[in-house]
Amino acid sequence: MDKWKDNKAWFLVLPVFILVAFSAIIPLMTVVNYSLQDIFGPGQRVFVGLEWFEEVLADRRLHAALGKQLIFSGLVLLIEMPLGILIALTMPKKGWAASISLVLVALPLLIPWNVIGTIWIIFTRPDIGLFGAAINGLGIAFDHTASPIQAWITLMLMEVWHWTPLVVLLAYAGLRAIPEAYFQAAKIDGASTWATFWYIQLPKMRGVLTIAVLLRFMDSFLIYAEPFVLTGGGPGNTTTFLSIYLVKVAVGQFDLGPAAAFSLVYFFIILLFCWIFYQVLQNVGKGEKS
Amino acid sequence: MKITKRNLFFMAYLFLLMLPIYWMLNMSLKTNADILSSFSLFPNNITFANYIKIFTDSSWYSGYINSIIYVTMNMAISLVTALPAAYAFSRYNFLGDRQMFFWLLTNRMAPAAVFLLPFFQLYSTFGLIDTHIAVALAHCLFNVPLAVWILEGFMSGVPKEIDETAFIDGYKFPRFFLTIFIPQIRAGIGVTAFFCFMFSWVELLLARTLTTTNAKPIAATMTRTVSASGLDWGLLAAAGILTIVPGALVIWFVRNNLAKGFAMGRV
Repeated sequence: MDKWKDNKAWFLVLPVFILVAFSAIIPLMTVVNYSLQDIFGPGQRVFVGLEWFEEVLADRRLHAALGKQLIFSGLVLLIEMPLGILIALTMPKKGWAASISLVLVALPLLIPWNVIGTIWIIFTRPDIGLFGAAINGLGIAFDHTASPIQAWITLMLMEVWHWTPLVVLLAYAGLRAIPEAYFQAAKIDGASTWATFWYIQLPKMRGVLTIAVLLRFMDSFLIYAEPFVLTGGGPGNTTTFLSIYLVKVAVGQFDLGPAAAFSLVYFFIILLFCWIFYQVLQNVGKGEKS
Repeated sequence: MKITKRNLFFMAYLFLLMLPIYWMLNMSLKTNADILSSFSLFPNNITFANYIKIFTDSSWYSGYINSIIYVTMNMAISLVTALPAAYAFSRYNFLGDRQMFFWLLTNRMAPAAVFLLPFFQLYSTFGLIDTHIAVALAHCLFNVPLAVWILEGFMSGVPKEIDETAFIDGYKFPRFFLTIFIPQIRAGIGVTAFFCFMFSWVELLLARTLTTTNAKPIAATMTRTVSASGLDWGLLAAAGILTIVPGALVIWFVRNNLAKGFAMGRV
């Protein structure tokens, strides 16, 4: 779609810019400031240049946490995106069934994150939790506090349970926004279900799916409360993701400088990945007829 | 409703989805002793004590009221500011449009932990600590960009011919925007409203940092269930069930916008 060229459009964007900049710019500057200084106490600080960044980038535990984080977010995207689209496609389209389905699907999203972790502690306990007891009933000894593999599986299940609904809702709204005429045309052409999906529904969902990928990537990369409550980063350090390690550095060692440098590095990693995803999703399949 | 493979798949998903929530409901109707002593699919002795405590103790129910106030404020601010901005991004080329669009989203990418202190300092400078508007404004940091992004996607799905025809017919921008354009993207507004509600509702770190008592959110109140004698599981589960209710109402109200989608033929 060709857009109109007019710099007066800035006036429409200005309220948003002011609103977001108010909360964004000063805290960001402050954190950049911290990251370049060694802070001993109020009023006692020394400029240290990029020392903290060098220290952070050389930190082996950070590399380990980053590796785990990348695997976690990768799995999240690989599981939640296809599953979410599939569920959105099978969801009832109209009537009371659609209304009830929408409400039920949205429920897990509405529980505060710390509570989700706490509920899953009980839910997965082998003695008093439904999930733990069911797995034990299948003859598999289940205890996610002792086995790293089971801790990961439990976390992934919790994550998929909690966040797939976000993909479902976005994909569902995207599907509902496709004009009926496209489907009628496809029907007249005798297109198969698969062809309709691949050539009509999927391209038309590009916008909402781009948002879904970016949101799921960002939020899973920043995940803190759920694993912190459920596994506390354990057993050992096997589920110590970046943000859990960051809080250990920031609060545990009470070291604002390195923690600020860590935050900025963390931020740039997310920025880099989101930029790549955004560019790819903007352009993928653009060459084909849609 | 016909029973098809499609329906069965969806029903199976819903069933699995509801299990943890059912378990929370189950826990909320038990006493702590019952929860921790034995496994039971249903509460043996149903007790409403956990719910009664929440509804009668003002330190509990005021948490819900505070959260509802700032979340509603945030939802209103986000939608009202994001609608024109999203329109600008979807219809116009202007100086720095792409950079600006992506910059908005970068505000969701910062890990909160270290940013909390400067946030607190910023909001205390303006004397906003422990007010609802402080939390509502702070949550705009991640909700406004999200709203702009979602709405822009839906707006770009509306053919530009609709705008052109309306302007040729002599519509002024505000009237065109409110009476013709907004009804076209009802589905998008429904999703956006729900997502703004949801992300603001479950956000804990910023809300807790910016409030002490008068605007304390429910998610922060819930951390009080941890005490010297351990966790009050039943109370926490009951509070958890109650945190779902307002959001479920929101999605119930926007469900028709979601399901109806594209309404062609207005112009």
